[in-house]
Amino acid sequence: MSAFLTVNNLSAALHGFDQRVLRSVSFSIDTGEVLGLVGESGAGKSMIGKAILGILPSAIEIVEGEILLDGQDLQKMKPADRRRLIGATAALIPQDPLTALNPSRRIEPQITNRLVDILGWTKSDARGRAMELLNEVHIDNPERVMASYPHELSGGMRQRVLIASAFAANPKLVIADEPTTALDVTVQKQILRLIRELQTRHSTAMVFVTHDLGVVSKVCQRLSVLYGGKIVENSSVPDFFEGPKHAYSRALLAATPKYNDPDASLLPVDEAVIEAVAAEVLAADKEWRHGG
Amino acid sequence: MVGETGADKVATKSDLLFSAKGLEVAFPDMGAKPVFGRAPLIQILNGIDLDITRGSVLGIVGGSGSGKSTLGRALLRLIEPTAGIIEFDGQDITHLGEDALRPIRRRMQMIFQDPMSSLNPRQRVGAIIADPMQMHGFENISTRVDDALDHVGLPRNFRSRYPHELSGGQRQRVGIARAIALKPEFILADEIVSGLDVSSQAQVLNVLAGLVKELGLTLAFISHDLSVIRRLCDTVMVLQRGNIVEYGDANSLFDAPKSAYTRELLDAIPLPDPQQAGW
Repeated sequence: MSAFLTVNNLSAALHGFDQRVLRSVSFSIDTGEVLGLVGESGAGKSMIGKAILGILPSAIEIVEGEILLDGQDLQKMKPADRRRLIGATAALIPQDPLTALNPSRRIEPQITNRLVDILGWTKSDARGRAMELLNEVHIDNPERVMASYPHELSGGMRQRVLIASAFAANPKLVIADEPTTALDVTVQKQILRLIRELQTRHSTAMVFVTHDLGVVSKVCQRLSVLYGGKIVENSSVPDFFEGPKHAYSRALLAATPKYNDPDASLLPVDEAVIEAVAAEVLAADKEWRHGG
Repeated sequence: MVGETGADKVATKSDLLFSAKGLEVAFPDMGAKPVFGRAPLIQILNGIDLDITRGSVLGIVGGSGSGKSTLGRALLRLIEPTAGIIEFDGQDITHLGEDALRPIRRRMQMIFQDPMSSLNPRQRVGAIIADPMQMHGFENISTRVDDALDHVGLPRNFRSRYPHELSGGQRQRVGIARAIALKPEFILADEIVSGLDVSSQAQVLNVLAGLVKELGLTLAFISHDLSVIRRLCDTVMVLQRGNIVEYGDANSLFDAPKSAYTRELLDAIPLPDPQQAGW
């Protein structure tokens, strides 16, 4: 099967600066596959998601490379066509469910608006679909939730609403940007299961951005480890957790807390490892400048 | 009362630093307040009993809304308890006035969850650490600031930096330095690593674990994440809706949890292992 999303040699930089924030990133995702993007803060993992959805901050521009969504090169399209294609095929599950929902509007329009405005559905169709979706994300009383304001719902409920709204238009690609970071562990487990369930049922291609290797091991088939905007390791999930190849990935895994093995966890990342990976990223930069 | 007593060894009066009996906290529910009259009370903590021995590390765990932060703040008398007794070093501090509390306040310090909002953005690190010492009338403050920075593994020249120039882990270490500079006996750490990356999380926890040993600190460590608790704590208290559901030795709690809620919390932690059972 051909890849639904291909990112090829993608570099992005602050407008007018030489310094890149994404450094020749390449990966592809098939339909029905989940790719984890892992890294610490500032590694550029969310930036990749934003680049795909065309919502990069205006100060950052893509300086080279291509993003192929469903076989079409986004960089070569007219902005309006690009927005239409992204709106129809891709969706985002954001990190913070409280800031992602409009506090002054009820839930119903926040799910249905996209269906009505972008996809041209009728209001009653969109409402029916919203009810169906809230059922699908295991909300017991969809009528009440649709009429609620965001502040009346718990964190877990809000995240369910956002998942419902992400899956509303049957997207072929979902970008989940740290969707469970703000939640309790028990709620996180429910939400991860829910995301996995919907993703499998709809065979959605998914980019799962997270800093938590534990979460990656539960929802992803493959993962890419990022440092300084560069992918330092690509691996299948089973292989990675058998033993990561890159020293930085090994250090990240060792720093991850494991309550069942306290001695082998929470080992701080060695300065030397950080220096080595930073040097590797800079060396790649030098090569890139000479090549380009 | 709910739960068993956590201290395995029989604590004598002298090595008991903190103890609480039947501690209750209730807040007025303003949402349900009638137009006239008092708002009804919502019970946050229901009769908590705890003993913290000198030099031990107590982990307090629970989901959001379980009352773990309220418990911590009630112990430090930042929240007024509605019932129960709190004793610090053998002295009943439950209803002590602010003036009488002042000298005791130095001996119990707190490290906060979000280092960015708990460090004054317009003060340099040196002043942030020095200010509480000035307030409590310490001498040789400048040397003490250097000492505190040494203890948390930050270079001394960091005293001239502003919080925004530091990484999250470094900021959190400034928070620790500010707390230990006052030579406290007890430190309350409320979710201090939940906003950090795994690598800085490991670093901050190791700094804290080292200081507990080195300075003989007594620590209460509040977290929603059981996986970081095991590395650090001797005893663990699990709270659910203001009740103690399990309280005891950390290793036995992790190896054989007695309550279903603890089991549920443990099972919900995603270990970095694709084969983990129950997922």
